[in-house]
Amino acid sequence: MSEFYAFAVEHLPYILEGLPITLGLWVLAMTIGAAFGLVLAWARLYGNTLVYGAATVYVELFRGTPMLVQMLFIYLGLPEVGIVFDPFTAAVIAIGLNTSAYQAEYFRGAIRSIPRGQMQAARAMGMTPLQGLRWIVLPQALRRVIPQWSNEAILELKYTSIAYAIGVSEITARAEKVGYETFMFFEVFLLLALVYIVLTGTVAQVLLYLEKRTAVPGL
Amino acid sequence: MLLKVENIHKRYDETEVLKGVSLEMETGQSKVIMGPSGTGKSTLLRCINYLTPPDEGRVLVEGTEITSRNLNRMREKLAFVFQDFNLFTHLRAVDNVAIGPRKIRGMSRRAAHELAMRELERVGLSERSHAYPAELSGGQQQRVSIARALAMEPKIILFDEPTSALDPELTGEVIAVMKQLASEGMTMLLVSHEVGFARQAADEIIFMDGGHILEQGPPAQLFDAPQHERTRQFLSRIGQGGEAA
Amino acid sequence: MIVEIIISQMPYLLHGLWVALQLLACLLALGLVLGLSLALLEVYGHWTLRWLGILFERIFRGIPAIVLLLLFYYGVTDFVEIGSFMAAVLALGLRSAAYQSQIFRGCILSVPPGQMQAARAMGMSKMKAVRDIVLPQALRLSIGPWTNEFSSEMKATSLAYVIGVVELTRQAKYIISSTQGNILIVFAVVAALYFIFNRLGNWGLYKLEKKLAVPGFEQRGDA
Repeated sequence: MSEFYAFAVEHLPYILEGLPITLGLWVLAMTIGAAFGLVLAWARLYGNTLVYGAATVYVELFRGTPMLVQMLFIYLGLPEVGIVFDPFTAAVIAIGLNTSAYQAEYFRGAIRSIPRGQMQAARAMGMTPLQGLRWIVLPQALRRVIPQWSNEAILELKYTSIAYAIGVSEITARAEKVGYETFMFFEVFLLLALVYIVLTGTVAQVLLYLEKRTAVPGL
Repeated sequence: MLLKVENIHKRYDETEVLKGVSLEMETGQSKVIMGPSGTGKSTLLRCINYLTPPDEGRVLVEGTEITSRNLNRMREKLAFVFQDFNLFTHLRAVDNVAIGPRKIRGMSRRAAHELAMRELERVGLSERSHAYPAELSGGQQQRVSIARALAMEPKIILFDEPTSALDPELTGEVIAVMKQLASEGMTMLLVSHEVGFARQAADEIIFMDGGHILEQGPPAQLFDAPQHERTRQFLSRIGQGGEAA
Repeated sequence: MIVEIIISQMPYLLHGLWVALQLLACLLALGLVLGLSLALLEVYGHWTLRWLGILFERIFRGIPAIVLLLLFYYGVTDFVEIGSFMAAVLALGLRSAAYQSQIFRGCILSVPPGQMQAARAMGMSKMKAVRDIVLPQALRLSIGPWTNEFSSEMKATSLAYVIGVVELTRQAKYIISSTQGNILIVFAVVAALYFIFNRLGNWGLYKLEKKLAVPGFEQRGDA
């Protein structure tokens, strides 16, 4: 035990230097995912046949195939047609596009769960459909979606480790490097697992706090 | 003429709910639409502010016809009070009242807030201004929704059965507010079975049956000397004499 | 040209798919047995068992699949010699057990308590009541959420790539290295294979759910 402790003290700082990369990947990807997810949800709810169809195909494709394949496609495949990304950007795009498909479905469900009377009352007082969505329906839908969104955010935090496969120097990649230098693979990956448990646990608490802060009676 | 409704038709699939309804209202009048359920009273009210667009006919407010292009501007003049309130769930009472002035009429946050507080005062709820809809009783929610309508400073308020979703002991407070508005000269068109309100505060009762207006007239005439057999039957069913005087 | 390459490389891809499906079957089986046992322990067991079960869940759901794969492959082989396939089955299977136990626990708890009471009232032992009355209902309810778990593990098999299991994604990488190009096409075909088998699995599970449906169990709506 004390051996492990000494090992941790020695190598944890090096691993944690990758934390800004891990968190950066996560925040950027979640932001892209939220923005694009909202657009997709809008397309699936209110779009004409063409827009609806395109959004549906997108959502089904991204939810039906592995994120690693999507990431390799973007990082290794797109340069064939002249689109080159550095590993970090490729990972942000891959994770962001992937989570947007999932977030779209959560947003869509939440928007649909808001009673029709809310939009009717907004229209009745002279709001345009867009105003009704912006001021009445979305603020309610976004509050309702927080629990699912939190789950998704934690899932994606863990998925940032996939970026290690295309050479992004986040915490998993750094841990592996420590492994190759010390040949203490079990210890280093155990340490890494603990880092992730603390990380996901903390994020879960923060999101729970956010959920409580924004709670409104009756929603 | 403040409101002119001309020859409104509306059909759902096979059934024609409104078969050519026309009515007019002057500023300051209040009229109550009555009649058996399923005769298109609520549909008529929804057609007037185009929540349900009519298939045929026109609605004119101050001489301007409502079209799809001026719809939102015209709706500001035609406030609507729903049977089931439809208060915005995520907003406190005061913000429910202030959101229209802020987002539609472009008032500043502060001015809208002050206006909202005045309107809540008017319906007797200024002390509950910070409650969320879920924290209010049904009667209080309906009064907030009346304040929300008032804050748009509309020409007319349309009430769609404003008390029928309430427990009997809560209808009184809502009716009191409506009576007060009528006495202040607000133009009001109601679908309601509240005979007490209709007798005391309405200028005219409109009796609808089968998608038509069957008869209309001052409360005393309609309640105490109805012309049509259908009207008599309906009045006796809701416990109003109906025997010709 | 492109068609030729796809056709010539198809046997490799299909072999990779076969390995992926074997991995999927093994990890889901491990997850099912362990997950169901955990769920039963958590619902009916002593509080210490419940506590341990929840701890297991928390740990395995808090660690990324890739880290578990690395831990079992590099880490455990420090002590015991296991191949990369076995390491993948253990890593992903134990993780799946954590997710599956959550599904089963929820479904067991959603069977009304009156069912158990009625079974006990006729003289069934607790064990018998669980096996013959509660589980047949709970398992029917669980097919819907289990379909999601199936999809998610199907996609997770691709992660075994990082520890060198020659499954579909790793095969694709080999093909790309050996043919020097056609990367987009190869990955598109690989994605299509995952997509099709994911859909097939979902369809099969949906049929199973339909087949086992009993009036009163139409609980999987559009939601």
